[in-house]
Amino acid sequence: MPSDPTGTTDAPLTTSTGRRIRTEEMVLNMGPQHPSTHGVLRLELVVDGEIVVDVIPHIGYLHRCFEKHSEAMTNYQQVIPYCDRLDYLASMNMDWAYALAGEKLLGIEVPERVEYIRVIMAELQRIASHLLALGTYGLDVGAFTPFLFMFRDREKILDLFEMTCGARLLYNYIWIGGLSHDLPPDFIPKAKAFCKYFRPNIKEFNDLLTFNEIFIKRTANVGILPADVAVSYACSGPMLRGSGVKFDLRKDEPYGIYDKFAWEVPVGTGEVGTVGDCWDRYMVRVREMEQSLNIIEQALDRIPEGDVKSAVPRRIRPPAGDVYVRSESPRGEIGFYLVSDGTGSPYRLKARSPAFVNLSVCPEICRGYMIADIVAIVGSVDIVLGEVDR
Amino acid sequence: MGLLDRQFNNSNVIITSMENLLNWARLSSLWQMQFGLACCAIEMMAAAASHYDFDRFGVIPRATPRQSDVMIVAGTVTLKMASRIKRLYDQMSEPRYVVSMGSCSNCGGPYWEHGYHVLKGVDRVIPVDVYVPGCPPRPEALMEGIIKLQEKIRRESLVKKSA
Amino acid sequence: MTFDEITKKLRDAFGDAVIEAQSEGVPEAFLKVAPAKIHEIAALLHDDPDLRFDYLMCLSGVDNGKETLGVVYHLYSMVHRHRLALKTDLPAADPKLATVSDLWPTANWHEREAWDMFGIVFENHPDLRRILLPEDYPGHPLRKDFKVPGFYNGMKVPY
Repeated sequence: MPSDPTGTTDAPLTTSTGRRIRTEEMVLNMGPQHPSTHGVLRLELVVDGEIVVDVIPHIGYLHRCFEKHSEAMTNYQQVIPYCDRLDYLASMNMDWAYALAGEKLLGIEVPERVEYIRVIMAELQRIASHLLALGTYGLDVGAFTPFLFMFRDREKILDLFEMTCGARLLYNYIWIGGLSHDLPPDFIPKAKAFCKYFRPNIKEFNDLLTFNEIFIKRTANVGILPADVAVSYACSGPMLRGSGVKFDLRKDEPYGIYDKFAWEVPVGTGEVGTVGDCWDRYMVRVREMEQSLNIIEQALDRIPEGDVKSAVPRRIRPPAGDVYVRSESPRGEIGFYLVSDGTGSPYRLKARSPAFVNLSVCPEICRGYMIADIVAIVGSVDIVLGEVDR
Repeated sequence: MGLLDRQFNNSNVIITSMENLLNWARLSSLWQMQFGLACCAIEMMAAAASHYDFDRFGVIPRATPRQSDVMIVAGTVTLKMASRIKRLYDQMSEPRYVVSMGSCSNCGGPYWEHGYHVLKGVDRVIPVDVYVPGCPPRPEALMEGIIKLQEKIRRESLVKKSA
Repeated sequence: MTFDEITKKLRDAFGDAVIEAQSEGVPEAFLKVAPAKIHEIAALLHDDPDLRFDYLMCLSGVDNGKETLGVVYHLYSMVHRHRLALKTDLPAADPKLATVSDLWPTANWHEREAWDMFGIVFENHPDLRRILLPEDYPGHPLRKDFKVPGFYNGMKVPY
């Protein structure tokens, strides 16, 4: 529990002669340039000594007008590069979420091979994103070495993406109705080799960071998010599952072909502290990487042959109407509310980004902790400012 | 620095000009400001991590502008952020250099046309030494940018103001 | 509960305040309700044990173009696993709507965003400030009639 913030505020400080000392709350600015805010987040901390009384997040330092751009494009497919840049750590998942919305509006069924490749790409991307999240989280709380280990493995995933579509970070690979092109010939053996290589490394990460005594001291029992608060703030992804709510859109509202694979939804159990603390959120990510590997291995074994562009429409002109389609990104529920007015470009596209919503609960879970804990809490939310600000 | 190396081999005496010595010292330890804005920052982190190892160019991330020599503007500069970047640049001590990494900070990138909140190029608020194109540039491209900056520093003169 | 059952329940409780219920011929079924009743309808959706919409997935502002702005609520129930799209239209000249952030705290930031982007005023909102754009930015950019300012704080905005 927080180190008793009420004790310092309620009981008046006195000198040895019994005279009361007047204390004041102080406002401390953190960011937008700060090494531990994961980009350009600014936090206004109201502190009473070392103890944080309130946190006011200020966002928008990376507001890149995504929604205006999607309205201004002349074609539905042109929006995809901007979706890439929404969450630049999980571009594949973003592209897929947008493609799902477009496909629902058009009523397109995609070929089975496309579904398999999408699952493989999305899960590889999930591992890459979690690796970066965990690595930088270690960096936030003072462990530098795991960061290097995790980037080493992340590069291997990026190499797989690069051989598929030529880009390391922003792919423009998943299109409405299909993919930009098929897998290269030696992708499947290389991906299998990666899975085989990577599985033992998760144990290595656990030895390095997860069960490190100092790391546990920094993260267990810190930033506890109760399940009911998480639901009322519409948290999603590892943030929600860390609080013990077993809810994953891949399982509970399966899209694509996720219902064909055998895998588990890891949830926080309060192993070293309380359910819903920073360590639980961290551990959910570690366990999700294992589950993603399970999914990838099954998908690689069963991937059928076929054409990946047969269902890509030449001209996209959906009927007037609107859909809200959601899917599971590494950070949680990414939803696209897509409105069509019957023309060739979206009339309105709202991105419901998981990190934006997850960040809004921060003031609730930061109160009463020390300033240094704020770094641990904000890091465990795993925000990407690109999608917070859009 | 051919001259310097030769002198090292012959004896323990180094004879070089003040200018050369200063430039050599500056270009060999370009401490960058650890400050990422958007997608490019991830590639900047990748460049600093194990695979690309930026340290071998003497580029070490520092968390404060007071200790850093080079600011790598990695990502989209928005109007809300522009004044902060200006302030961070002002806080850096001279000599200071700026590398603009990626299309967004070069010219607005994909957001040039409809970006009502995007600054179309960081050179509208601070002077830029090297532009690295790409969206995002690969870590190799960023290294190329740093090497270009090192070449620029090598040509600097104490008496003549550098361009 | 199915969409028709939800519609019936709301019609029984609020009568004419439920303006339109579309489930045929649209990609996604939606309910359109009168803006004046939005808070009472939302409270029923949130609290009724059969409905129990405890998860507000998304709250979006829309510029309908015909002198009206729209607000769309996408609701989900973690208990019953059903969902609902709830729409309401406001006059663009005076867009005012009751906040639902007391029911779903997540609406707080979504409503601030709708105010920022569309200028929709959410009454009784605890902290209605701009969220993404700077406080002194001119206009609400996602309105269809928005013009990009030439300069902002001395910085040229167009390319």
